[in-house]
Amino acid sequence: MSKTPEGSGGGAPVVKPPAYRDPRVRAIAFQVLTVVVLVWFFWMIFQNTLHNMESRGITTGFGFLDRAAGFGILMSLIPYDETMTYGRTFIVGLLNTLMVSILGIILATILGFLLGIARLSKNWLIAKIALVYVETLRNIPLLLQIFFWYIAVLRSLPSPKQSLGIGTSAFLNNRGLYIPAPVTESGFGVVLLVLAAAIVGVWFMARWAKARQMATGQPFPTFLAGLGIIIGAPLLTFLVLGVPMSLDYPALKGFNFIGGTRIIPELMALLTALTMYTATFIAEIVRSGIQAVSHGQTEAANSLGLKTGTTLRLIVIPQAMRVIIPPLTSQYLNLTKNSSLATAIGYPDLVSVFMGTTLNQTGQAVEIVAMTMAVYLAISLIISGLMNWYNKSMALKER
Amino acid sequence: MNKMIAALAGVAAAGIFATGSAQAAETLDAVKGRGELVCGVSTGLPGFSVPDDKGAWTGIDVDTCRAVAAAVLGDANKVKFVPLTAKERFTALQSGEIDMLSRNTTWTATRDTSLGLNFAGVNYYDGQGFMVMKSLGVKSAKELSGASVCIQSGTTTELNLADYFRLNGMEYSSVVFDTSDQTIQGFEAGRCDMLTSDQSQLYSLRTKLPDPSAAMVLPEVISKEPLGPVVRQGDDEWFNIVKWSLFAMVNAEEFGITSANVDEMKDSKDPNVGRLLGTQDELGPQMGLDKEWAYNIVKQVGNYSEMFERTVGMGSPLEIARGLNALWSNGGIMYAPPAR
Repeated sequence: MSKTPEGSGGGAPVVKPPAYRDPRVRAIAFQVLTVVVLVWFFWMIFQNTLHNMESRGITTGFGFLDRAAGFGILMSLIPYDETMTYGRTFIVGLLNTLMVSILGIILATILGFLLGIARLSKNWLIAKIALVYVETLRNIPLLLQIFFWYIAVLRSLPSPKQSLGIGTSAFLNNRGLYIPAPVTESGFGVVLLVLAAAIVGVWFMARWAKARQMATGQPFPTFLAGLGIIIGAPLLTFLVLGVPMSLDYPALKGFNFIGGTRIIPELMALLTALTMYTATFIAEIVRSGIQAVSHGQTEAANSLGLKTGTTLRLIVIPQAMRVIIPPLTSQYLNLTKNSSLATAIGYPDLVSVFMGTTLNQTGQAVEIVAMTMAVYLAISLIISGLMNWYNKSMALKER
Repeated sequence: MNKMIAALAGVAAAGIFATGSAQAAETLDAVKGRGELVCGVSTGLPGFSVPDDKGAWTGIDVDTCRAVAAAVLGDANKVKFVPLTAKERFTALQSGEIDMLSRNTTWTATRDTSLGLNFAGVNYYDGQGFMVMKSLGVKSAKELSGASVCIQSGTTTELNLADYFRLNGMEYSSVVFDTSDQTIQGFEAGRCDMLTSDQSQLYSLRTKLPDPSAAMVLPEVISKEPLGPVVRQGDDEWFNIVKWSLFAMVNAEEFGITSANVDEMKDSKDPNVGRLLGTQDELGPQMGLDKEWAYNIVKQVGNYSEMFERTVGMGSPLEIARGLNALWSNGGIMYAPPAR
């Protein structure tokens, strides 16, 4: 505050205004005042809510998280049974939400990129099929699509006793898809170690190949060689060690299949609907991104003698990515938040388990809704942060 | 879901802006001022609360609301019904969105003590049971180890189920749906081997199947489920009104007062009848009501037996026997304190 504004006139005496008329002091003062008022406002709301709930005899606090839940959950990525706590149901629901979101993001990105490129295809049939797919699926409400995959598809599947066999060891019925589960035996750790070593090795190889190309212009088939090493080395170890893994096959016992790994129909329906719906939006983003790259770039690359594939990979895609990534982030956020529609078909996600059953058994709506909202906010901010970081690394580097 | 959010916003708003203890006696005044009772019911459960093809609600829970409207407003039709899922119901009541909840709700210690709510009595004694497809070839719930179970979210049923299977050392996996319609759809699609709910609901849901005779209700009853109306804690006047509206119907049955003979019964020499119908005593004004309050209930809605038979009993598609819900003098446990 004691500093006078720079460049305030050649040689003229600088008159320092009183603090209350100094625009910088005033700006800061008003901001501080706003923050204080806001904090006070939310603190009042918080205190008043607590007070009123207490006077109405409604239990408050987070003590319920340590009490035994006493209900079963259909699918859990961590060990869970009825004797565990409400806090545990929160984690189970959270993990189920994260799983369907991450799988959905990966699958929707792959399908979306394929569709986006297909829409620009010179092949009339492929382009039109992609167009019809995008225009149909993005215009049907997601909840209807989830119901379609769940009710319509589930109804047509047979009961466990008449399961569709896929080969002799996998079964599909209206309780889900049963596949053999791998059971590792001693020595499998070595295979994992070799896999890790192969990945590190390929990374160094890629660095070396790039440096060599920079220096000599000699290209090296990094992708094929890398793939060969990453798959080949662990596979060879696996065979040399005498296949240290067995499979646990599902078998019909009583009402249902026992053993193996089971993918529940709720997960399949939700994942299919989320993937197919979000992919349409991603396809449009990818198409617009590619079209935003000036055609002159492609022509210039062609005139340098680059092949079509190389042109796409080295010239078009890197420039298109700058346009694609920001809207792609929004789609990832949408997919994650849309996954809460799971509650309609009984997939045990955070909203269904924690904001559903747990809320009703404990009745502590304010705490549970606040926790659930905080989780979605945190997930969304994390996705946003990661995508912004990726966007920065892909941004045009001007030299 | 939207309603849920609205209800939660309501709770928050009530929590934020209401000032302390200004609630006593406010419900009765609010209902009278509005000229309408707002009553929370289910989203559609035949026999308990379900809208017919003209949009008029019927069922035993609906009639319980109508009885309160008859007592308070003198007209059993001045009720606005708000359909709620099991998840939404308590929040809707806490927030003041509804005046009373009459939605096949089980009276439990936790709900009565920790939610800021009071249970005003029991209009149906129920117990949890299982429904299976006959083609499954199961005769007892004890044979159901390893089964998948369709169940509605936010009910005591989820806890009883877990307890029962754990106690008997059996395995199960539960598929939890949001509404009873989705639950029966999942059962019908073959997603589960059995559906579990209160026995009355099983009979009621069975009527929604394309072929009700293909499904059967197993004999086991694994829990006590006293269902009844609920009000907010802290408004004792309103609590009394709802409680005694229900008792009035049970007492009317006991004294043989029906909607058909209530006018003649006004001249009855039985002092019990006179006290209830307001010709000899002034029970109504003690509760802040008209002295014809019970007369209006019986005249417009009927006594407990009429209500039961019309909605869930032999006069309805559900055809449930009185059983536990018979009067205490007929071998049941339906009992009302004396009206005097």
